[in-house]
Amino acid sequence: MGWWTRGSHLSEHRKILKTEQPKGRSLWKDGVRRLRRRKLAMVCLAVVVLYFLLAGFLYLAELFDWQVGPIRWQQEVGKSYQPPSRENIFGTDIFGQSVLRKTLYGAKISMTVALCASFISLAIGVPLGAIAGYSRGVVDEIIVWVYSTLSSIPYILLILAFAVVLRDKTLFGYKLTGITSVYLAIGLTSWVGICRLIRGEVIKHKNREYVLAAKSYGSSGRRIIFKHLMPNVFHLVIIDFSLRFVAFIHAEVILSFLGLGEATRPSWGAMINDARIELSRGVWWQMAAATVAIFFISLALNIFGDALRDSLDPKLRIQ
Amino acid sequence: MTTYIIRRLLYTIPIVFGVLLLTFVLFTLVGGDISIEIAGKNATPDTIAEIRAEYGLDKPLFLSWDSQFINHFKNAFTFDFGRARDRELVVDKIKRGVGPSLALTVPMFFGVIIISVSLALVIAFVQGSMWDVLAVFICVAGMSIPYLSFILFGQYFLAYKLGLFPVFFSPDLPTAQYVALPVLIGIVSGLGGNLRFYRTVMLDEMRSDYVRTAFAKGLSTRRVLFKHVLKNAMIPIITRVVLAIPFLFLGSLLLERFFGIPGLGYLMIEAIGSRDYFVINAMTYISAILFVVFNVITDICYGLVDPRVSFE
Repeated sequence: MGWWTRGSHLSEHRKILKTEQPKGRSLWKDGVRRLRRRKLAMVCLAVVVLYFLLAGFLYLAELFDWQVGPIRWQQEVGKSYQPPSRENIFGTDIFGQSVLRKTLYGAKISMTVALCASFISLAIGVPLGAIAGYSRGVVDEIIVWVYSTLSSIPYILLILAFAVVLRDKTLFGYKLTGITSVYLAIGLTSWVGICRLIRGEVIKHKNREYVLAAKSYGSSGRRIIFKHLMPNVFHLVIIDFSLRFVAFIHAEVILSFLGLGEATRPSWGAMINDARIELSRGVWWQMAAATVAIFFISLALNIFGDALRDSLDPKLRIQ
Repeated sequence: MTTYIIRRLLYTIPIVFGVLLLTFVLFTLVGGDISIEIAGKNATPDTIAEIRAEYGLDKPLFLSWDSQFINHFKNAFTFDFGRARDRELVVDKIKRGVGPSLALTVPMFFGVIIISVSLALVIAFVQGSMWDVLAVFICVAGMSIPYLSFILFGQYFLAYKLGLFPVFFSPDLPTAQYVALPVLIGIVSGLGGNLRFYRTVMLDEMRSDYVRTAFAKGLSTRRVLFKHVLKNAMIPIITRVVLAIPFLFLGSLLLERFFGIPGLGYLMIEAIGSRDYFVINAMTYISAILFVVFNVITDICYGLVDPRVSFE
C-alpha cells in the first residue's frame, strides 16, 4: 500500500506509527521521491516522453496507414526553398517538402537508432561486466582484454570502421541497410564504459553479506549474479542509459553526415547533411529545424540524467 | 621504476595483439575481397587476378606461413601498410597529413584545457551561487547542440557572411589564417563538456578536509585554489589530458572535412567514401599504438605528480 491509498484522516495516526517504527524505504522509492521534488527534472522527463510518444505514434501511423502529416513527408507542399512562413513553419526543402514534417519524421529514425544502439550495447556490456566481476580468474581476464582492446582504438575510428564494413553486408541472410548498420555499429562498439562500470561495482558488492548469504544456502553463480547482484547495481544502468541515449543521437548525425546512415528517409543527420550545400545559398531553416530538434531532446536528457544520478546514486546523497 | 615501465609495456602486448586481431576480422573476414571493386566495372579476370596478387588477397587466410593472417601481423610490426586504392603508399599519405592535422588540433587542445581548467577554478570559487548554476546550464546547453551545427553555423556566419576568416583552406594562405576559425569552433564546441568535467573534479576536491584546514589556517582563497586544490586535482586532469593526445594525431574528422584542410581526418573521410580499407586499417592500428603508449605515459605521470602512487 502506497501513501496515496490512505485517507487524509489517517495522517495523524501514521505520524504516531512512524515515530514508533520507522518504515524502511527501498532505494528505488527513495530515488523516485527525490526525483519528483526536482521540478526541472520532471519537465525534462516530460519532454523526453513527448519525443518517445511522437516516435511511437509514427510507428503506429505507419503500421495502420494513418495519413497524418509526418507520414506524408514526401508530399510537395510548395515551391522549393520557401523560407519559414505561416503555412510552412520551418519552410520547405529543395523538393518543396515541408521541413517541419521531415523533422517530425526524423524523430522516428533518430530515436530508433539511439534506442536500438543503447539496447545492444547494454545487452552486451552489462552481463559481461557482471560475469567478469563475479567470476574473476580467466574469464575476467579475457573480458578485460576484449574491452581494453576496443577502448584502445579511438572511438570515432572504431564506429566508422564498423559502419563501413557492416554497410550493405548480408549477415545470416539479412541485408544490413540504412539505419540497421548504423545502430549495429554504434551498439557493438560502445559497451565498454558500462561493462567496466558494472564490473567494478560487482567486485565491490561481491563480498557483502547478502551475496555471502545467498552463496551459503547454495545459490548458483548465475542466480546470484542475475537475482541478487543485478538489482543492486541496476540503477547505474538506468543512469548510463539516459546519458548514452544523447551520445547516440549525436553519433547518428555524424554517421549520416559521412554518408553511412539512412539514405532514403529523412533523419536529423541527413537533414544537417543536406544543409551543408544549402547554407551557401542562405537556406538555413532545414539546418535550424534539425538542430532545434536535437537540442531539446539532448538538453532534456542531459538534465534529467544528471538529476537521475543525483537521486539514485547513494554515494552522492549528501548534497 | 624501470621494472615498472617494462612490466607495464609487457601488458600492452596482448592489447596490440587484440587490435590486430580485430582489424583482421573487420577488414579481411567481414570486409571481404574488394579486388573486384578496385578493378572497376569493365575489368578482365586477368586484371582482377593481378590486383588480388598485389594486395595478397589470393593467399590462404590461415594455416600457412604466407597466409593473410600472418602477413597482417608482419606488415603491422614493420609499419608496411602497402598501397592505398589510388596506388600511393599509405605511409606517405599519412606522413603528408600529420602536419596540417597537428596545426589544427594542437592549438585547439591547449585552448580548451587552459580555458576550461581556469574557468573551472573560478566556478569552484563561486560554487552554489547563481553564476555557478548559470555556467553549468550553459555547459549542458552547449553539449546539447550537435557538433555539426557548430561547424556549419560558424562557417556560415563568421566566414561566409561576415568575412572574418577564410572560408576554405588554400595552399597559399599562411597556416595561422586558415586554422584560426576551425580552432575557434573546436574550442567553443569542446568547452561545455570539458568545463563541466573539470568543475566536478574541482568541487570534489573542495569538499575534502585539507581544504577546510587550509581555509581554517587563514590562507587566502587564491592560495588555496592554486596551491592546494589545483595540485590535488592533477590526477584526473592528467588522465584526461594525456589520453587526449593520441587523438591529436588523428586530426579532426569533421573540421578538416568542412574547411578542406588536407590532414588525417580528411584522409579518413576520403577512405570511408571510397571504402579504402587499407587506409582505415593503417589509421586504426597507428592510433591504437599511440593510445597504448600514452596510457603507459599516463601511469608514469601519476607517479611523478602523486607521491602516494608507488610503482610496486
